[in-house]
Amino acid sequence: MAFMGDTMNPTPLWQNGPSPGAFYNFPGNASTIAPSRHGVQDFTAHSASPITTTTTVIGVKFDKGCVIAGDTLGSYGSLARFRDCPRVMKVNDLILLGCGGDYADFQYLKDIIQQKIIDERCVGDGLQLKPRSLHCWLTRVLYNKRSKMDPLWNSYVVAGIQDGEPFLGAVDKLGTAYEDAVISNGLGAYMATPLLRDAVDKGPLDQETAIAVVRKSMEVLFYRDARAFQRYQLGVVTAEGIKITDEELKHDWSLAHMIQMK
Amino acid sequence: MFRNQYDSDVTVWSPQGRLHQVEYAMEAVKLGSATIGLKNKDYAVLIALKRAVSELSAYQKKIIPIDEHIGISISGLTADARMLSRYMRTECLNHRYSHDAPMPVGRLISSVGNKMQICTQRYDKRPLGVGLLVAGYDDQGPHIYQTCPSANYFDCRAMAIGARSQSARTYLEKHLNTFMDCDLQELVAHGLRALRDTLPNEVDLNTKNVSICIVGPKTPLRICDEEELSRLLALVEGEERRGGTATGDAGAPGGAAPRDQGDDRDPQAAVAMETE
Repeated sequence: MAFMGDTMNPTPLWQNGPSPGAFYNFPGNASTIAPSRHGVQDFTAHSASPITTTTTVIGVKFDKGCVIAGDTLGSYGSLARFRDCPRVMKVNDLILLGCGGDYADFQYLKDIIQQKIIDERCVGDGLQLKPRSLHCWLTRVLYNKRSKMDPLWNSYVVAGIQDGEPFLGAVDKLGTAYEDAVISNGLGAYMATPLLRDAVDKGPLDQETAIAVVRKSMEVLFYRDARAFQRYQLGVVTAEGIKITDEELKHDWSLAHMIQMK
Repeated sequence: MFRNQYDSDVTVWSPQGRLHQVEYAMEAVKLGSATIGLKNKDYAVLIALKRAVSELSAYQKKIIPIDEHIGISISGLTADARMLSRYMRTECLNHRYSHDAPMPVGRLISSVGNKMQICTQRYDKRPLGVGLLVAGYDDQGPHIYQTCPSANYFDCRAMAIGARSQSARTYLEKHLNTFMDCDLQELVAHGLRALRDTLPNEVDLNTKNVSICIVGPKTPLRICDEEELSRLLALVEGEERRGGTATGDAGAPGGAAPRDQGDDRDPQAAVAMETE
């Protein structure tokens, strides 16, 4: 009867399958590898997951330039740990760069970009990096890193003046890139995008309206996004140049006790 | 018997403070047929005289496109030029890939200059025996650059290199101040006249032995086809030549016949190409 195998303890008919009522857990899935993530990663990997993070960065194009804004909070998980993490940077006279995501990865790439600009100045031929070029370059860098299974955990907003015209582009940690008149990442994609897009769709936006709608979006995000902060940077790029200002929201929670969460 | 004991390799200086191998390489440039580059406010133009090895062979290509906005014409060792042009093409492609923009001409030239310099300084290398004229257009307008085997490069308003190019340079120097303000046709005509000055008396320019490329704003690099060449050649057809009248029927007026004439003269030109 040996050919019939162990009839008392048969092997399960459905091995490695989902438990009843559950979905199949694909190998390599986040929930599968989460406990042993550090074992999977090469020790040279910068970060397998973000540590100190920043939240939304938003950008909007207007008739003569672009505005971008991002708050200055560096969160450690859900802990509001660092309150002065500037992440809207002037790259050169033509380019503003904003960043959300892992702050260390941003600082790493910021240093490289700044060196790139210094090198360019040293050439001394009077040529300046243009926003489309930086956007493309960021795409290549981020896609290359993700292909090494070591992504830079950021999403970038490149704003600038490309041959006299406003330019606004986004790149995320996978190297996915696009250009649009309205860009926001993270939670802002859900809450700021509709506000900004409404403003853009109403017709040609001028600088004041653009700044006003960005301020409004930052306020909405501050009230709704638990990783947001009242202090933020607002950068404006036009053909005249780049201006980054530090702003602070007036906030009022007196209505908070009336909100009933059920 | 011992003509020169200091020219056996690149890294040895002569007591006069010269590097003979580098200077020999500079001479190699003068062996190639002449080529001319010049520019006006908007356009950069290369005009080259092509040579055929024999009457039975085709004319050797002189102008190599590098990218949409850059072209080179060569004089000297074609093999070295091909190596350099491959390098320049790769650089331009890489720049487009990483920056989504055409490579600035000046930056390409300086990287080519650095590449050419290395082999003037190393024992196990030799200087490249080729000179280039580079025509390009970028945000800063049109450019003409000249590169040498000595790894010098020059930003020029007009330049001629190659065999008997001194007479072309004389022409270009004489008319230098008119180039910036003339239109494209006049510019090409100036170039053709300069090129014609490098020819021996019994030869004239025709659609077979001339190659022209043009680059400018919203004008991607274009190497003229035979039809355009004959139209451009007609601009200087029948003009008095500096060194006396042209031979054959070049003095005949009218531009309708140049193609026929070109065909007739074809073998004749090939023999006379040996300009050394």
